[in-house]
Amino acid sequence: MRYYLDFEKPIEELELKIEELKRLSDRKDMDITSAVKKLEKKAKELRSEIFSNLSPWQKTLLARHPDRPYTLDYINLLCEDFIELHGDRRFSDDPAIVGGFANINGVTVMIIGHQKGRGTKERIYRNFGQPQPEGYRKALRLMKFAERFKKPIITFIDTPGAYPGIGAEERGQSEAIAMNLMEMSRIKTSIISIVIGEGGSGGALALGVADRIYMLEHSIYSVISPEGCAAILWKKNGDLDSEEFSKAADALRLTAQDLLGFKIIDDIIPEPLGGAHRDPEFAAKKISEVILKSIEDLSNKTPGKLIEERYKRLRRIGSFETLED
Amino acid sequence: MWFKKTKEPRLQKKVKIPEGLWVKCENCKEIVYRKEIDKNLKVCPKCNYHFRISAKERIKLLADDGSFMEFDADIVPVDPLNFEDTMSYPERIKENQKKSGLQEAVISGEALINGHHVVFAIMDFSFMGGSMGSVVGEKIMRSAEMVLEKKIPLISVASSGGARMQEGIFSLMQMAKVSAVIGRVKDNGIPYISVLADPTFGGVAASFAMLGDIIIAEPRSLIGFAGPRVIEQTMKQQLPDNFQRAEFLLEHGLIDMVVNREDLKETLTKIIGFLS
Repeated sequence: MRYYLDFEKPIEELELKIEELKRLSDRKDMDITSAVKKLEKKAKELRSEIFSNLSPWQKTLLARHPDRPYTLDYINLLCEDFIELHGDRRFSDDPAIVGGFANINGVTVMIIGHQKGRGTKERIYRNFGQPQPEGYRKALRLMKFAERFKKPIITFIDTPGAYPGIGAEERGQSEAIAMNLMEMSRIKTSIISIVIGEGGSGGALALGVADRIYMLEHSIYSVISPEGCAAILWKKNGDLDSEEFSKAADALRLTAQDLLGFKIIDDIIPEPLGGAHRDPEFAAKKISEVILKSIEDLSNKTPGKLIEERYKRLRRIGSFETLED
Repeated sequence: MWFKKTKEPRLQKKVKIPEGLWVKCENCKEIVYRKEIDKNLKVCPKCNYHFRISAKERIKLLADDGSFMEFDADIVPVDPLNFEDTMSYPERIKENQKKSGLQEAVISGEALINGHHVVFAIMDFSFMGGSMGSVVGEKIMRSAEMVLEKKIPLISVASSGGARMQEGIFSLMQMAKVSAVIGRVKDNGIPYISVLADPTFGGVAASFAMLGDIIIAEPRSLIGFAGPRVIEQTMKQQLPDNFQRAEFLLEHGLIDMVVNREDLKETLTKIIGFLS
């Protein structure tokens, strides 16, 4: 069963109709190919109409779509070879972040990403993609490892945020994130970061300090979730609905298109019509192209130059005014 | 709502504490004479509760008399998202500037501390909850770049709810920006001391505040990544006693020491002495 979001309902109706017609034509010897074709064309038009006018809140829902490809899905599609590495060597292994060496088109890279789960059991196992401090410490360990062997680092960002739990606080969630931000800014190999779904606040950024940053067409990246923002602004705990979330999502300017406009990211990676889950191979192919091109572009830079440019990139981010005297 | 109030409650004669003369301690609930608290560096004489103090009071507390020279007082916020909630962001800024008497949530500058040259970056919770937007990020970065140039210690005092929502992704990115420049301070062998005052959360905790070579917190300050209410909602269980208090962080090995306000200047001086 395909999962449809509310705003996809008109598409769902059409697609169900098409399927039913196809089933009918299988049973009886009726020729309804042209009718099916007509409907399919209509469905495609409807999809492109709906998907070219998505609101920020609709994009948020799409970025969290339960069928959306996750880090390990992309790794499977992108890489000829992958060996997952585990643990932070201090406390535990956090399943909400995965990482390891991989091969993309013959190039060895270190891939690290947030990992959400599919289905209730795996979702809980992956803690809904919300890392503990150990996840960030594992990520940093792997990045330092890659640095020693001069391998490019690819990070996939897809998390609602770092986990807000008692244990996470006891073991230094803030310190773990801060340390990644600082260390990533001075890692001596190239870092390419791609937001594939939800870029939720500091917990996302902790894998996102990079030389090149891309976002999938329908991904989001924000300082706070629309729900969190709405709760702060309208302070009606528990009483908020999608209308308010939608308003908050508008205000936050969290879409890939917004961030490209702000020059925070380098480019947008196109998704297939209907979102990455409609054709994961297509999305993976586009991601692979972007990764390979970025590695190529960055390959002739010395470590010193890489770090200097990464620093300058961060240094210029900010929007303020200097008063004249 | 079925229980909606229809009648105005009857007039109640409240015993009013004259504004400003007496203060109720938030911790021990004792009513204390304000002058007594002010004389005591805004610390409750009954229970040692440390009231929040402004950046300006903090400077007076830490810098040698008349030695503070402010940097970058002329950088002011703009509204990159055209953010509007119950009021527009520029209006909110104006309101907070008026209320706090500050341009922004951080004051930075050079000063002497018992004769040692240092750079301070001191946050003020009364300006939009000490939140970090572009101006805070920029001023902290410039303070750090100043110590790189002058080769003198950097001391930050955090007091913040986290990143500033109204500047969206720009606020988030300040976390990376300030962490990167702190990395440079460390690479250059320059001491960075981070003082955590009540409260230190979110994007400020998860960037420069937790990156100090030495981290000092004021007694009972609340410090953490996620706010206690969020955690309570997620965990659906009661939080342990002292959770996210300075003493809790000390116990878990996350900070170096908890220092009373009256001893802060001497402690900082001692540390700088060891490192210079």
